[in-house]
Amino acid sequence: MDLKVKIGNVTFKNPVWVASGTFGYAEEFEGLVDLKGVGAILTKTVTLKEREGNPPPRIVETPSGLLNSIGLENKGIGYFKKEKYPFLKKTGAPVIVSIAGKDKKEFAACAEELSGEDAPEAIEINLSCPNVQHTGTRYSLMAQDPRATESIIKAVREKTSSMLIAKLAPNVTDITEIARAAEAAGADAVSAVNTYMGLMIDAEKMKPVLGNVVGGLSGPAIKPMALKAVRDIYRSVKIPVIGIGGIMTGTDVAEFMLAGASAVQVGTANLADPDAYERILQQFKEYLNKQGIDRAKNLTGKLRA
Amino acid sequence: MAQKKIIKGKILSNKQVAKDHFLMEIESAYLAKNSSPGQFVSVRVREKGTDPLLRIPLGVHAIKKKSIKLLYKVVGEGTGILSSRKKGEAISVLGPLGNGFDLEAFYGNDYKKAVIVAGGHGIAPLYALAEELLSRKKQVEVFFGTCSGEHVLCAKELRAKGVKVRVATEDGTCGWKGYVTDPLKEALEKGKIKTAGTMIFACGPRPMLAALSGDAGKFGIPAQVSLDAYMACGMGACLGCAVRTKSGYKMVCKDGPVFDAQEIDWKTEGGR
Repeated sequence: MDLKVKIGNVTFKNPVWVASGTFGYAEEFEGLVDLKGVGAILTKTVTLKEREGNPPPRIVETPSGLLNSIGLENKGIGYFKKEKYPFLKKTGAPVIVSIAGKDKKEFAACAEELSGEDAPEAIEINLSCPNVQHTGTRYSLMAQDPRATESIIKAVREKTSSMLIAKLAPNVTDITEIARAAEAAGADAVSAVNTYMGLMIDAEKMKPVLGNVVGGLSGPAIKPMALKAVRDIYRSVKIPVIGIGGIMTGTDVAEFMLAGASAVQVGTANLADPDAYERILQQFKEYLNKQGIDRAKNLTGKLRA
Repeated sequence: MAQKKIIKGKILSNKQVAKDHFLMEIESAYLAKNSSPGQFVSVRVREKGTDPLLRIPLGVHAIKKKSIKLLYKVVGEGTGILSSRKKGEAISVLGPLGNGFDLEAFYGNDYKKAVIVAGGHGIAPLYALAEELLSRKKQVEVFFGTCSGEHVLCAKELRAKGVKVRVATEDGTCGWKGYVTDPLKEALEKGKIKTAGTMIFACGPRPMLAALSGDAGKFGIPAQVSLDAYMACGMGACLGCAVRTKSGYKMVCKDGPVFDAQEIDWKTEGGR
């Protein structure tokens, strides 16, 4: 069975990756998952400067979902490179560093910090964190603004030769418009979706549950919506799509690939079960076997509709 | 600290011990050997399905030779399912997690007496601590508070071990009428608890811990508090269970759940 997939100029040993923000910097999962076997490790998003994150409570469970408002807490890219990156490199798995910033300058500066000899296999440009403030756009998310999306990707492209993945937000009128803007700006792939904006209320206290009032919804609850977003994007751009949204099983992986994904990212499942990754990869192999598919990449976009 | 693992444990018993409260014993030589008082585990309440989605974090209540016990209150769907689990069934347990009580601070500095203050099922991790301290022949006194008499936990078991237990209930149906912090404050003010050689250990609702930390600070008694929080991963990856401390946000799951009471920024954390 051949699980290899090629995205941009990088070949990955399998199409099942772990999503940013749900796998820490991988060291937290040492001993629970065979890290070397992971298709690719997406880091917790790093920003140019330290961010303290949002006031608690930051997470709450919802029916088959998780609403979070972490707010990109991280100690900044300098700390990341010194304290977290060496371990990630040592795992032997491809490392994709997720970056964010409040404007295109910060995105570009992050990318520059990650260029050169020690550059990661790829950079995921997080244009879609619902829990932070931005400047230079009238939208609340960069990924709601096709022009901001384009200018950020262009600015990042100038600073690095790493493969670039633009992570898109589902909280838009037409996600294909943003995907096309990312493609035009030189992104090698798009990943979709980030979380759906949501609100949980404590009726007894008459208050929002989260400290930041609203948050982003992930988990199985969003899977049908994420599948539709992936299919829509797949039909509108030529660059590969990386599917994300509530993947809990190997069959879920297959569903995203059928919808058009070339690879997928497992997110919330890692938080529910730290060893979910290995189970999901195994189940996906069993699916391919059962369906008589010898090359994983042949599954992409094969939805009979 | 011992490596955290996902254990397939066997439920040895799961019994109601007070109104809304259950005690589950899970067979696991690994968790028994590697857990220390104040650490917690994260249990999957049922194998299949996505609702509930996450594991439930529970403080280790007792550490036996080849098993651990978990004391929990049924507060929602997840704990409801947990209470229906049967003897002999397998249960997935992730642990041990978190830092646990700083016993070195107690033993290493020649403390004589531990004053344990529990609010409701906050007694869960403190009971394991009491057993540990008693096994080392240390003095233990317990202040236990809850809403009503039918919710009183562990008082009989602790008294059987020779521990003095003061109970306070909000409705006055058992012991002192009011909050558990009231008799504690009175004991401190009347000098019934010597400040020298005493350390306070507490777990319970945030307002209780905030009040207690204020009193402990005033009397110069060191206090370790174990915090509860909404948690997802339980191991420092998602950064979901942040608590505001005097040196910025820390994670309850990884930096805690036990903190120095004076480290917490109670102005923002005390009201929740």
